[in-house]
Amino acid sequence: ASTLIYAEHNGERLNPATLHTLTAAKAIGGDIAALVAGPKCGPVAQELAGIAGLSRVIVAESADYEGMLPERLTPLLLAAQEQFKFTHILGNSSALARSLLPRLAAKLDVSPISDIIGIKSEDTFVRTVYAGNAVLTLKSNDAVKVITVRSTAFEADAGTTGGSATQDTLSAPDSPHTSEFVSQELSKSDRPELASAKVVISGGRGMKSGDNFQMLYDLADKLGAAVGASRAAVDAGMVPNDMQIGQTGKIIAPELYIAVGISGAIQHLAGMKDSKTIVAINKDPEAPIFQVADHGLVEDLFKAIPDIQKKM
Amino acid sequence: MRILVGCKRVIDYAVKIRVRPDKKGVVTEGVKHSMNPFDEIAVEEAVRLKEKKIAKEIIVASIGAAQSQETIRTALAMGGDRGVHVEVSAAEAETLQPIHVSKILAELAKKEKVDLVFLGKQAIDDDSNQTAQMTAALLDWPQAMFASKVEQKDDKLEVVREIDGGLETIRVNMPCVISADLRLNEPRYATLPNIMKAKKKKMDKLKPSDLGVDVTPRIEVISVEDPPVREAGATVADVDELVSKLKEKGF
Repeated sequence: ASTLIYAEHNGERLNPATLHTLTAAKAIGGDIAALVAGPKCGPVAQELAGIAGLSRVIVAESADYEGMLPERLTPLLLAAQEQFKFTHILGNSSALARSLLPRLAAKLDVSPISDIIGIKSEDTFVRTVYAGNAVLTLKSNDAVKVITVRSTAFEADAGTTGGSATQDTLSAPDSPHTSEFVSQELSKSDRPELASAKVVISGGRGMKSGDNFQMLYDLADKLGAAVGASRAAVDAGMVPNDMQIGQTGKIIAPELYIAVGISGAIQHLAGMKDSKTIVAINKDPEAPIFQVADHGLVEDLFKAIPDIQKKM
Repeated sequence: MRILVGCKRVIDYAVKIRVRPDKKGVVTEGVKHSMNPFDEIAVEEAVRLKEKKIAKEIIVASIGAAQSQETIRTALAMGGDRGVHVEVSAAEAETLQPIHVSKILAELAKKEKVDLVFLGKQAIDDDSNQTAQMTAALLDWPQAMFASKVEQKDDKLEVVREIDGGLETIRVNMPCVISADLRLNEPRYATLPNIMKAKKKKMDKLKPSDLGVDVTPRIEVISVEDPPVREAGATVADVDELVSKLKEKGF
């Protein structure tokens, strides 16, 4: 096998999820290359070049990649594929790669494989369907496997330095500018990011209002935790969608997950059931969340949360 | 503007999935089906664009076995103008993948000379999240995925997208492909008079071969299995016990 990893970054640092994707690439075996593209890639290209296990780093720095538009990145990936003939092309299960890699796959006339959680062999992969209610093992018959990797299903590669990858620069053929980046509004927070937080506290419909989430923020600050929410809380307009944990939101696996006022709909469980320790606080003893919780507390959250705040 | 909206018939989101004894799929017989919820959002947004006089015609397409016509009728009752059913056999429907569906949608988009293809961001059965991106690639059109707001700006569309950690605004030329995310809108319910009216709306029937699309499977299903069950722990009596358990674990 010869694998290309699409390396995500913010211009300064490699996105930590890419190290999980590297673990998946190592499980496939063979040579591993990484491609880094963006308006500024220098520091990230350098970071990648030192990582043990990468034999090649392909760098494409251009102002054209401002906003990382898939219409402009696809020709670049096609040019890389044309030159190096990879058997596997891997990306994170991120908004960027989920937008980009299927576009690339269609251009290569192959059927992409989304959000894998396991690798059986070079052509056989495991992923979930029906919001995690069934596990599908599939064999791909395509010549090139275009894959996104669920970070929580693969440990992060240690990113050991000492590697000595070849550096190539690549410039993409001109592509028509049919789309343009306007702006980005990232939610600012002093708390850790949901995807990488060791502790996550999530609120559900039982929180009753967006204002009540303040209780969870206070507790989160005490525990160094991130705050998430169930889809029900998002749908009710209590909190923004980027806090959503679940099959249609973020899929996370922290050390400790505290579900507050969350009943535990299947789609929510799909987003958090791989957490190491799960705590559920809900006044309804029949709530399905208790079926996956290590520690269930049947109590009114409005009483329990301030109490925990005091005692932790 | 002419819009092509895709809608997939899927097992209803409220149904508990059961894996088939042969472990090659899930039980679909006698199970309630409905329109993929993300596709409903796409249909709703298309109808709103028509109500704002931005869109002239909404063509609703579904690719699947005979029952997919019910899904098309639902979309027509929500405000679609006419339907196209691209029929495959029940066996073909099982192995139909986004790569096939996107090829069919791309051909339909060309045939119907649409300015916009509007799809849901993912189907809640296979959870692939691929069809819109691939349709855009095949047409060489720009794409705006995971849309939470769509507005016309001169001859372009300005789309707010849901991305990791926040929102992003992009502008795309037309023709283009948009995929709908959760917060774009809240789909309406079809009223009884509109359901009756929808029955009289035109529905074309085609086969993938009529559009020159080969639906040979690209993957082989090795197995479909139940997920591992997580063992439930125990309930704690009160906050004190919970706090001491968490402290024991080092939190």
